[in-house]
Amino acid sequence: MDLILEGIRQAFFLITTLDPEVLGITLLSLKISGTATLISLFIGVSTGTVVALTRFPGRRLLVSLINTGMGLPPVVVGLFVTIFLWRNGPLGFLEILYTPTAIIVAQTIIATPIVTGISLAAMQQLPHNLRLQILALGANRIQMIWILIREARLPLLAAVMAGFGGVISEVGASIMVGGNIKGYSRVLTTATVMESSRGNFDIAIALSVILLLLAYIINLILTQIQQRERPR
Amino acid sequence: MNPVILELRNIQIKRGGMLVIDLPALSIETGEFLSLIGPNGTGKSTLLLALSCLLKPVRGSLLFHGREVRDNQAVIDYRRHIAMVFQEPLLFDTTVFDNVASGLKIRGISKKERTPLVEEYLERFGISHLAQRSARKLSGGEAQRTSLARAFATKPEVIFLDEPFSSLDPPTREGLINDLDLILKETRTTALMATHDQSEALRLSERIAVMKEGKIIQIGTPTQVMNHPADEFVASFVGVETILSGTVKENREGIIVVDIGGHTFEALGELRPGTGVTCCIRPEHITLARFPADSGSSARNALTGKIENIQPMGLFYKIQLDCGFYLVAYITRTSLEELSLKTGDQVIATFKATAVHVIRATA
Repeated sequence: MDLILEGIRQAFFLITTLDPEVLGITLLSLKISGTATLISLFIGVSTGTVVALTRFPGRRLLVSLINTGMGLPPVVVGLFVTIFLWRNGPLGFLEILYTPTAIIVAQTIIATPIVTGISLAAMQQLPHNLRLQILALGANRIQMIWILIREARLPLLAAVMAGFGGVISEVGASIMVGGNIKGYSRVLTTATVMESSRGNFDIAIALSVILLLLAYIINLILTQIQQRERPR
Repeated sequence: MNPVILELRNIQIKRGGMLVIDLPALSIETGEFLSLIGPNGTGKSTLLLALSCLLKPVRGSLLFHGREVRDNQAVIDYRRHIAMVFQEPLLFDTTVFDNVASGLKIRGISKKERTPLVEEYLERFGISHLAQRSARKLSGGEAQRTSLARAFATKPEVIFLDEPFSSLDPPTREGLINDLDLILKETRTTALMATHDQSEALRLSERIAVMKEGKIIQIGTPTQVMNHPADEFVASFVGVETILSGTVKENREGIIVVDIGGHTFEALGELRPGTGVTCCIRPEHITLARFPADSGSSARNALTGKIENIQPMGLFYKIQLDCGFYLVAYITRTSLEELSLKTGDQVIATFKATAVHVIRATA
């Protein structure tokens, strides 16, 4: 019990005094996961919108693949990204394995299906006649898509949050493709794994508290969004 | 006759391989109000979608001011001269003001120019006080007013209304119908409304088209459709309660005597004896009395019958009589009390020969 209490006390101290190492890891995590989410946002929202608005053969298969992708195990992604980026792998010439860039690549692959799937659902939840109403108001195709995205902005924000929540808390891929290099590719989750294996529970707890806090903020925003009503 | 603003030629629409609309021709005059009535699933909404170019027919053409609306650019240009209001208000997730402004914004009209227009139509639809309210916080009636204001703010030449009052409660609906009627007359906007409610259609329309299974069966003024339905389907749909089959027994210079299973009454017509006919009598054209009327009455038919059933219908009562065949009459509450009618009573039902609409039986 003492171990936990002491750990929490230490963690509190590390956070309040803005310990440079903890702060550095946190900022790097935000930067990497933020970038990955942003990229997946562009790919996911556009793919989700296109799939939601069009009908084509094989659409069901694609939707089921996207939905499966929403639960892609990070370790599997980590494995394949590692293989591709390996020195003599297909993309080895890029020489980005064990860099923050590699983590961004892996996290983008994890977040994209999540963002796509939720965007797709968000666009499909809009009333069917809304599209006709927008066209009847004289909109061209681009105006219509823009208005639809604006109408779905809150569920789309949920997509962003879910994508970000997924990658910031993921450890498998980050450790495999990033290598957990101190001050370079060490993020909140990989650091927590390492510190706890070393028995440095105070730092591990401090990092976990920060992760929990981020998770809480994300869920707070998500709840706010979900509780809003749609206009008539 | 006003010039034709919109014209459909040989329109066929398929859905899931089934032909849902088959319309050889339909033209709409500038400034008129045409209602499409018919039961659910007869293609009224589909026809409106085709008329507003929101649905592409398998074949056929749409002419606006005599010019065919064809390529994509023409379709967008055309849509900027029309407006559509659906049963659901389909508002955007923003303020009432921004909703009403949206059509103008899409047309690229500057904020300075659109503000007075938006204010004008907020005022006309009585929702100025809601301008800054979020569309999420509106009642059903307020939301539909916003949707109508959004449609009218673009000053459309033609407005399409798809069951616009169906999800509103009666008092809200009445208020909105009155306001819409006024605004349509002021702005001289051509309007087409799909509805399954014949009373709405009667209130607003100059012409009514009755639809069944994707076809227009009858089109005409409300009086024509109500009093001279083209067939039994139209008759029953426009509220004719008494529909009788019989044969013509005699023809006395324009007055025919119709035989319904041994009982006869007179009607107007030019049919030869022996012709099979269907007779339609609207319930409001039948008068009930305790005793035979004095000879001064111009009603030609007086039938004695027994009251089978009295059913309250809001302001009046629906009375079913057995005169050898069934007759349905409406009577006000006051009349019912004055005559102290009850089930089983003998009464005299009178109606003019002109009140009987005779349809020649098919085959």
